[in-house]
Amino acid sequence: MPKIKLPTKSPHIDMTPMVDLFSVVLTFLMLTTTMRQPEPATVDTPASISEKPTPDFNMMTLLISKEGGVFLNVDNGGDTLSKFRPRILAEMGKQYNIEFTEEEKREFEKLPMSVGVPMDKMKAFLDAKEPAQRKLLQTGIPFDSLDNQLASWILYCRQINPNVNACLKGDSKTEFPVVKKILDILQDKNVNRFNLITNLEAVKIKEENIQK
Amino acid sequence: MAEIIQEEKGKGGKKKAKKHAPHIDMTPMVDLMCLLITFFMLTTAFSKSKVMEITLPEKLKDKDKKNQDAPRIAKSRTLNIILGPDNKIFYYAGMVEDPKNPPVLQVTDFSPTGIRALLLERNKALFNKITQFQTDVTSGKITIPRDSIASGIRKLKNDDDTGPIVLIKAYKAANYGNFVDILDEMSIVGIARNTFVDINWLEEKMVETALGITSTSTQKK
Repeated sequence: MPKIKLPTKSPHIDMTPMVDLFSVVLTFLMLTTTMRQPEPATVDTPASISEKPTPDFNMMTLLISKEGGVFLNVDNGGDTLSKFRPRILAEMGKQYNIEFTEEEKREFEKLPMSVGVPMDKMKAFLDAKEPAQRKLLQTGIPFDSLDNQLASWILYCRQINPNVNACLKGDSKTEFPVVKKILDILQDKNVNRFNLITNLEAVKIKEENIQK
Repeated sequence: MAEIIQEEKGKGGKKKAKKHAPHIDMTPMVDLMCLLITFFMLTTAFSKSKVMEITLPEKLKDKDKKNQDAPRIAKSRTLNIILGPDNKIFYYAGMVEDPKNPPVLQVTDFSPTGIRALLLERNKALFNKITQFQTDVTSGKITIPRDSIASGIRKLKNDDDTGPIVLIKAYKAANYGNFVDILDEMSIVGIARNTFVDINWLEEKMVETALGITSTSTQKK
């Protein structure tokens, strides 16, 4: 009886293709990634069929939370060289008689999220180092007729960067009067063109639907 | 340097080099990459959010108001849509002629058989034109550059003179989602002329009476 010799396999599995694949995926992800920004309020945006992507720069995004708080984000994407944010903050400080130090301006420039802090708390907000402490101060920008800070923010955003586009990012459960008031404030400042940020939801309708 | 060392070692050195296993254990590397990929996958915002553009009619400042009349629009083509509470939509055609005897508000909802069917019925001619145009482009009957499809549709919309003129109003209990939904509905159905206007007190009253009626009718049930 001839012995059947089983070929002795090496216990090693060649992982080179796996590593290759992983590197490709990893490189792809690293190049395409845009980090999710932590927002002061979670917002569940409504859906629409619009396929126009959100512009990357020249944006001022008004985040409207479910409770009716308003947060502003002047995001210029790769355009940070223009340094709009510190200039806007300086103008705001001038109006409300608050002197911001260079360090505070830099802090404001670097903020990765929307800001909804009343001006009298802004200094404390920028000096705070703990994220939890900051979160407590994010109560929303006041926009009632007595103390309309939102209007000033919008005014200076448009003065410093004339090409800025207004984007509204509202929660679908936000009560409409709040949104209406913000639209009115924007229209007072001659902003008549808005971008409403939505999720994409494809809907196609056909001729047959009409007969039904 | 390297050459000198090789010369010194000669053949023996080469044999030793061959004995080394050609495999490098890549398991830790794979582990690390797995971790990184998982991290990136979880933090990446893949679906970039989209924007819907709306342009609201410019507000007249008080001093301009006296010299300028409100734009006149055909009564027969006007459709007023009022966003109500609980995702309800109220609508009436034309305008309020007699404040003491306002038109009855009809109720509908955001389902495809609700407001969409109603708008489609009224906007049939334009909607058919747009779909015909789109199928012609995709089937190759009309050859135009891709980027001018949108402008072609815009031209169709501008030429339209039979479709409804939709005035969107919001009652105070409506929410932002309703507002976006109704604007979205406009673009789905391809309504050429629509705008968002302030609700007036008469219409608010009409909604309230309509709500009163609906609530009593549900009580009867």
